Amino acid sequence: MSTIPAERDETKFEDFKAPYTAHQARMEAERCLYCEDAPCVKACPTSIDVPQFIRKITSGNLWGSARTIFSANILGMSCSRVCPVETSCVAACVHNEQAVAPIQIGRLQRFVTDHAYESGWRYFEAGGSSGKSVALVGGGPASLAAAHELRRKGHACTIYEKRRMLGGLNTTGIAPYKLRADRATEEVEWVLGIGGVDIETSTALGEDVSLEELEMKHDAVFIGIGLGEDTFLSVTNEHLEGVHGAVEFIERIKLGRVDLDGVGRALVIGGGNTALDAVRELVGLGLDDVRLVYRGREEVKPGYAHEWEAAKMEGVRAHWQTQPIDYRGEGRVSGLRCVRTDEKKRAIDGSERTLDADLILLALGQETLGSLVASAEGIEIDGGCVRIDDNGATGRPGVFAGGDCTNGGKEVVNAAFEGKRAAEAIDRYLMGEK
Amino acid sequence: MPDLTANCAGIVSPNPFWLASAPPSNSGEQVMRAFDAGWGGAVWKTLGQPIQNVSSRFGGHHYRGTRAIGFNNIELITDRPLDTNLREIEEVKKRYPHNALIVSLMVESEEEWKEIIRRSIDAGADGLELNFGCPHGMCERGMGSAVGQEPKVNERITSWAASYSSVPVIVKLTPNVHDIRPHGLAAQRGGADAVSLINTIKSIVSVDIDSMIPAPIVGELGTNGGYCGPAVKPIALQMVASLASTPEFKLPISGIGGISNWRDAVEFMLLGSSSVQVCTEVMLRGYRVVEDMIEGLEFYMREKGFERLDDLIGGAAPAFSEWGDLDMNFESVARVDAETCIGCYDCVVACADGGHQCIEPGRGDRRVPVVDEEECVGCNLCEIVCPVPGCITMTEVDNGWAPATWNQHLASGVRLRPKKGSH
Ligand SMILES: Cc1cc2nc3c(=O)[nH]c(=O)nc-3n(C[C@H](O)[C@H](O)[C@H](O)COP(=O)(O)OP(=O)(O)OC[C@H]3O[C@@H](n4cnc5c(N)ncnc54)[C@H](O)[C@@H]3O)c2cc1C
Ligand SMILES: Cc1cc2nc3c(=O)[nH]c(=O)nc-3n(C[C@H](O)[C@H](O)[C@H](O)COP(=O)(O)O)c2cc1C
Ligand code: SF4
Repeated sequence: MSTIPAERDETKFEDFKAPYTAHQARMEAERCLYCEDAPCVKACPTSIDVPQFIRKITSGNLWGSARTIFSANILGMSCSRVCPVETSCVAACVHNEQAVAPIQIGRLQRFVTDHAYESGWRYFEAGGSSGKSVALVGGGPASLAAAHELRRKGHACTIYEKRRMLGGLNTTGIAPYKLRADRATEEVEWVLGIGGVDIETSTALGEDVSLEELEMKHDAVFIGIGLGEDTFLSVTNEHLEGVHGAVEFIERIKLGRVDLDGVGRALVIGGGNTALDAVRELVGLGLDDVRLVYRGREEVKPGYAHEWEAAKMEGVRAHWQTQPIDYRGEGRVSGLRCVRTDEKKRAIDGSERTLDADLILLALGQETLGSLVASAEGIEIDGGCVRIDDNGATGRPGVFAGGDCTNGGKEVVNAAFEGKRAAEAIDRYLMGEK
Repeated sequence: MPDLTANCAGIVSPNPFWLASAPPSNSGEQVMRAFDAGWGGAVWKTLGQPIQNVSSRFGGHHYRGTRAIGFNNIELITDRPLDTNLREIEEVKKRYPHNALIVSLMVESEEEWKEIIRRSIDAGADGLELNFGCPHGMCERGMGSAVGQEPKVNERITSWAASYSSVPVIVKLTPNVHDIRPHGLAAQRGGADAVSLINTIKSIVSVDIDSMIPAPIVGELGTNGGYCGPAVKPIALQMVASLASTPEFKLPISGIGGISNWRDAVEFMLLGSSSVQVCTEVMLRGYRVVEDMIEGLEFYMREKGFERLDDLIGGAAPAFSEWGDLDMNFESVARVDAETCIGCYDCVVACADGGHQCIEPGRGDRRVPVVDEEECVGCNLCEIVCPVPGCITMTEVDNGWAPATWNQHLASGVRLRPKKGSH
């Protein structure tokens, strides 16, 4: 597994939410009401028993606390940092009902899982060999969660990953003030510490290996290939210097260096979470004038409100109801030609103008990768995503899938859940249960 | 992996955590759910002549935002038909053969004791617990604490039970006595196999200052009840330690009183309990609390290198002594960590008004209090009030004085260091 370079821009970032000290964690944990049938548990896609893990913090049983977390979600460490808790478990906390500050579940979970990592605690062992083997395509959260669960059940696993490193977007995409790449790969190693998972990096499905080949070599296949390249505007002068896909640019921040010399103003096109991360990351790298360009009104942007609030606090501005047309500049970009839009995001005639910019990131979404497996008989593609049933099975016997390539792009915690769920279904499939 | 198997007077359970005889062990359906959650054993809600209860029955002592740091009840023994209870006991024991099922009993005449013991054992009880503890309602009828407060009566009834029982007999003691030892010894003389303690402490939990009625309020009146929950733990610990350290007392102890997590349980075991029982924490939080108790104990044992419970039971006994054997020449003073101090000055006011007037507000910009170590008597008050863990520590001072106890001083006149703070 290739290591993360030491010299990279992401190390310039501080944690947005500082880790708790033991005392802070204890004080916060003491506030938890230990609800029964708790709303926070229901809000978590992996159903972590939140009241139980928090209670164990108050008694000093951190070992058991971490066990509660990891037995529900083996990626509990990264999830504690990257989950949008403000819209899930923390939003569900009953303290909100009486306008009392909700329990900071993510920070508590981080405290516990960090402690478990630092203490070298491990909880799970591989099951006795079943004689079966499973191919997992893609080395992101979905496949990692699936592989771990499959190993517990005794099935041999091989991960086929296109890149040189594992972790998927946890390693290459998450905003560095939440989780850094080196911590993501530590998690990968911790998860794979269960043993018995072979890794084939630099091996892409559709280029280096085909689905049929994998089916020949293995007894079942899990597809967790996530999403593809950034979507662009598809206009003629798109390849001017200074115009980048946001996910690709973020990856360079995380794993290398970006050149911001001479950049006065940056624009990020889009209103989703990638766009909101990108603006905050650019500010974090020292740019003073960073603006979001979104074709709808502020209220309808798909990105999280709490992320936008944070971005505003950090000095980001926005051009709402503004739709890009094409770029200005020769060799290097100098501006973005746009048009105003109305309430329904329709262009308003004659409202054209140009926003000056030396750097433009496109956060319009990512391509879907369903086409990679679309030709295989039985597999159905739905809006570019691989279609699966409630257990993660595709229409092709023995082929399962989960994560962004099936849900169109959700969160790490969804991928973790869908990977584990598919592993359970694969186990039933391999062991001949109906 | 440490072995958590508990053995209290021959009653074996997969772990030392038992439900105390109380509402959580009132029915078969409940006890089975408790066993599913991980409880090692259960002492069934006390059987006897079914009684009638009042409403309301409970009261909470709430303190500074914490609900029910102490808990009070005026309920009696089981109100369910004896046959129903026995049938369910049989069913539970059949379905959960590896969990300990102890049946708590409270009746009056020897005949009644004989009969109910026979029927309990027939139903499959692994042990019996004689309820000599209830401090309300039953004692007025000559049972419960009326028995537990009278060593002669305790011994007599225990001897009946011991002679009629083929399974271990545990005598449950009341804390409503000035010294627990004669009562434990009476049970031992009567032939008990173990004692359990404590039952609840006679109490009035609160008074409604508007209606002017003591709580819990039943219509227009209130009555005294039995107090339990975290607030009673120190009392229970003392009673357990007191019995465990009595040389003539040889019986195993099942510790009860204010246990709400694995730490509390470990404390009871370190003072000599072979199993522990829990009521209030389960009533307030559910059977699920046992998960933390089991895991926490397991982890503690692993960290300390203990393989079985016997390795820790009684571990603090050698360090429990009487006042006269304490080293009078040991000296400690409070030290404040300027790094972590947040400047609340709670220690300053505590020492000024309740200590020995030797912590001063800091001089200069930072609010860090200053301890006058020449005057500090090492009473701990400031450390107790300090809200930041580890900020104030009691630090031993090397004063050059050899250890000397009060008893040695009285017996042979060994010299004690000069008193501090007594001017
Ligand atoms: C910029 C950005 C920020 C995000 N921030 C957050 C956040 O803060 N919190 C959060 O919860 N979620 C966040 N997400 C979403 C989250 O990262 C994803 O939901 C999650 O990583 C999905 O996991 P996955 O395993 O399905 O896919 P991925 O993480 O995308 O992993 C897929 C893996 O498959 C590999 N692969 C792709 N094609 C092939 C092929 N043909 N053959 C073999 N391997 C292949 C890829 O290289 C990759 O390693 C963010 C996403 C982005 C883009
Ligand atoms: C509501 C209530 C009912 C109780 N009923 C009984 C009983 O029937 N028999 C008995 O031996 N003890 C009874 N107890 C006492 C408990 O078993 C236990 O000894 C006491 O509550 C202390 O433990 P705790 O602090 O964990 O609650 C009762 C306690 C409560 C709160
Ligand atoms: S706890 Fe149950 S039985 Fe008791 S008062 Fe409330 S609802 Fe009634």
